[in-house]
Amino acid sequence: MATLQLRSVVKRFHETTVIHGVDLEAREGEFVVFVGPSGCGKSTLLRMICGLEEVSAGDILIDGVRVNDVPAARRGLAMVFQSYALYPHMTVYQNLSFGLENLRLPRAEIDAKVREAARMLRLEQLLDRRPTALSGGQRQRVAIGRAIVREPRIFLFDEPLSNLDAELRVQMRAEIAQLHDRLGTNMIYVTHDQVEAMTMADKIVVLRAGRVEQVGAPLELYNAPANQFVAGFIGSPRMNFLEGRVTAADGAVAVALEGIGTIRTEASGEGLTEDAPVTLGIRPEHVALGHCGSNDATFAVAQSEQLGNATTLFFAAPNFAVQVAGQVPARRGEAMKLNLPPERCHVFDAAGKALPRRSRGSAS
Amino acid sequence: MRRLLAMLAARRGRGRLHWTDWASYLHLLLGLLVMFGPVLWLVLSSFKSEAGLIEFPPRLLPYEQARVSVQGYPQPLPVFRITAGDFKGRELAEVRRIGLQAQMLDPASPGEILRVPAQDRERVMRLHFALENYTDLAGRFSFGTYLWNSVFITVTATLITLLINSMAAFALSKYRFSGRDAIFVTILATLMIPPTIILVPNFFIASTLGLVNSPWGVIWPGVATPTGVFLLRQYMLTIPDELIDAARMDNASEWRIYWRIVLPLSAPALAVLAIFSVMWRWNEFLWPMIVLNKSETFTLQLALNSFQGELTTSWNYLLAMTVLTLLPVTAIFVLLQRYITQGIASAGVK
Amino acid sequence: MSDAVAGRSGALARIGASLIGLVFNLAERPMALAQRVLGAPRLPWVFLTPNLVVFGIFTFLPIAIDVYYSLTGGAQLLPADRPFVGAQNFRELFECESYLDPTSCKRDLFWFGIYNTAEFVVLQVGLMVVFSLITALVLNRKIIGRSFFRAVFFYPVLLSPVVVALIWKWILQRQGLLNAALDGAGLSTVNWLLDAHWAFGWTVFVSIWAHMGFYTLILLAGLQAIPRDVYEAAEMDSASPWRVFRRITLPLLAPNLAVVVVLALIRAVQIFDEVYVLTGGGPGSATTFMVQYVFQTAFSQQVRQYGLAAAASLLLASVLFGLTLLQLRSMRSKDR
Repeated sequence: MATLQLRSVVKRFHETTVIHGVDLEAREGEFVVFVGPSGCGKSTLLRMICGLEEVSAGDILIDGVRVNDVPAARRGLAMVFQSYALYPHMTVYQNLSFGLENLRLPRAEIDAKVREAARMLRLEQLLDRRPTALSGGQRQRVAIGRAIVREPRIFLFDEPLSNLDAELRVQMRAEIAQLHDRLGTNMIYVTHDQVEAMTMADKIVVLRAGRVEQVGAPLELYNAPANQFVAGFIGSPRMNFLEGRVTAADGAVAVALEGIGTIRTEASGEGLTEDAPVTLGIRPEHVALGHCGSNDATFAVAQSEQLGNATTLFFAAPNFAVQVAGQVPARRGEAMKLNLPPERCHVFDAAGKALPRRSRGSAS
Repeated sequence: MRRLLAMLAARRGRGRLHWTDWASYLHLLLGLLVMFGPVLWLVLSSFKSEAGLIEFPPRLLPYEQARVSVQGYPQPLPVFRITAGDFKGRELAEVRRIGLQAQMLDPASPGEILRVPAQDRERVMRLHFALENYTDLAGRFSFGTYLWNSVFITVTATLITLLINSMAAFALSKYRFSGRDAIFVTILATLMIPPTIILVPNFFIASTLGLVNSPWGVIWPGVATPTGVFLLRQYMLTIPDELIDAARMDNASEWRIYWRIVLPLSAPALAVLAIFSVMWRWNEFLWPMIVLNKSETFTLQLALNSFQGELTTSWNYLLAMTVLTLLPVTAIFVLLQRYITQGIASAGVK
Repeated sequence: MSDAVAGRSGALARIGASLIGLVFNLAERPMALAQRVLGAPRLPWVFLTPNLVVFGIFTFLPIAIDVYYSLTGGAQLLPADRPFVGAQNFRELFECESYLDPTSCKRDLFWFGIYNTAEFVVLQVGLMVVFSLITALVLNRKIIGRSFFRAVFFYPVLLSPVVVALIWKWILQRQGLLNAALDGAGLSTVNWLLDAHWAFGWTVFVSIWAHMGFYTLILLAGLQAIPRDVYEAAEMDSASPWRVFRRITLPLLAPNLAVVVVLALIRAVQIFDEVYVLTGGGPGSATTFMVQYVFQTAFSQQVRQYGLAAAASLLLASVLFGLTLLQLRSMRSKDR
């Protein structure tokens, strides 16, 4: 177990800066997930932590010790690569033992560690096989096994599940989570899939274009996204965004939406002026069917998806989605009465920043 | 038979042979004769005795006059068939020839000498492979020394070539460092300096380094090859960088990454380069001729050349030695033909 | 039985592998030290060093020395002992009454070499391209025993020049197979290698014989890269075979043809080995080519005229330099 700290870490390739001063802290045993769209710098950040990329500026500390100049192998980390990077000319056993041989450990010790890891990952039957003779899931487990045998202080995962089919992905997700429970070691996990982030992380770091957008526990990000980007990135289906203007700024913000009317929210309007452009966000699963007298809207159904346990309705004007539990019959063109509960509404200012929620006590 | 013809005629799904098909097969048969015939002729000739070689017109197979051992005569006697006269049809052994008459005897009853006119008889020929052409080589021509020199140069040079070219290719394909592209272009530029145009200075350098009349004088100048570096680099570029990263995470030193990860994975390209290098070195001629002057340092190629230049060339030994020289190359060709042709087709080098 | 053989060769391979492993392991410590002392970013230079040293000593340095030799005279090998003569060597090579008549030149053998080489290059490359193209076209057809015939045409490529020359010398000698065949057919025999014209012709033929398979292979690879459906489309358009060849095969094969022509040129200009063994440059100077002139001038005459040889090889180098630029260009256009 270890702690990891990043202090205004910067990465430049020639003239272009790809990581703009990232600060981050991971406590002992934490499962941290870096999530973001492709090209956001999450893999670069991971490779800097493990020492495969040099740090242009800033410090990386493991257990409080600066490791910027420590070579990758000496940082006590282990990485699971996206392509698994199994040595194709070695058997599973050799793949697992290679790193230990490089440490010049005694044969017997290597053997014991390899067999222990193989047992843990159910690879005992496969030790003599080459990677080409393994299924995707098996390769994945070998890649994890190669990390385990080295007993690292921190595990690093670089999109490890992206090469698996959907079913295996769910299974491996659970296995990695179990592994984390069992070993208790820190894990840093990079993915572009917010579902993976939500299901596995203790702490999610949302990255965009080399900057940290928000850090927090999964539900924190879901419930209180710091900005429009995080709001749109976390959660599936995606949050609805409607452009509008502020009609009331003192106390709770109310937003006038063209063609819909005024929607009350619980966001604090401090510092906002009336008529300022804002974006109202609400998750599809938080929209209720039927009218309540206020915060109501009526849209024409453009398309509906029946999932059995839930129904997703799509509306074309405005672009809007609603997800409700159970099976709701809906015909195309049918007018649907909707309600947008104020406590579920998020408001983002012109810069995309989320307005803080008013504390309950001050509600009138 | 009809089926065979149909099979022979089968082409592009059509039933009959177009004239271009006939022309194609004619071309191939002629090609077979011209390309392979001479080699076959060499091999057949190498089994002929010295007497068989000077026969004109030559026979296809190695024939030799039959001889028979007769009691009372130290040497085996040549056998003739009598074509006319009293003894017509009999096979007799010649004891000696006096003018137009020959004294002969029947090996079955050696006591009786028979006189036969020399023109009334013809030699009895037997198929005989003169293996002594080969077996004599070892003792008479220090063939073993030449063979060893050739083998030593070929094997050593190939190993060094593989080692240092793969090291360079590894650096050029798996690292980013300033000057890399300049170095690569420089190495490719050596293509413009074929060995034939730097014979004189290379001889000076070899003699300065004390490499004249040493196998190392042949080995060193050719071990760094632009084609080798190019071939290996292109192949190593296809090895995923993540493997290198993984090995780095696995605590492997850069040298260990090179020889435990990259080298084994480059085996196909290394094999192609090894084959090329063996061919180059085994067949090399001009440079060894310049740098090796003492006959005990000669390679097989030089030995062959110096034999054929002698006034009294013993063609029977020369041919046998030639066959032995082309044997290893032929063996490599038969075993590895596919790799060689693929390597050439893909890299366009030789 | 075959299991036993496989087992034995497997064991051999294992022994070989562990031997190699031992060697590489020995290098491990110094290399690890280098990595620690120099740091990883400078390590590629360590990997490059052996190769660059060999290139430096045996390729780049010689070019400089070659220039120096060409500007100095005398028979000494040591550059320091050689008197500087300026362009004297070049002037001597070019000292002619008429450049069209080699016998009028001071260094007539040099000019014979140039003329012979030029004639050889034109004839050999032209015929080589034609023959290897025809052979490649034939081998690209659906014929029985294709890979066998491909091997037959390719086999001589691997033979050493000395062996090639001896094979043909044996056939072309006065009482050789060829004369026997002529004699059998009632024709008069020829002493092939002692007649100037015939000897020259045979050097062209033998060098084509020895190298054709290589170019055939390159062209064949090019032919096989032409998609089948192009031909099928042409067949649907009922184009004649000749038109298909002219309008489809030839244009699509052009990049490979260019590579073949340039490579063949580069090699033909440097012709030496097989000719030297086959004819020794004779009869007279009928088959003396440029490289042989350099070789003889520097290494096989009583007085070793290194300066003259270096000057001649620099002239040869300038020709090759141009051809190599062409080669790189044709290869690039092929990749495109």
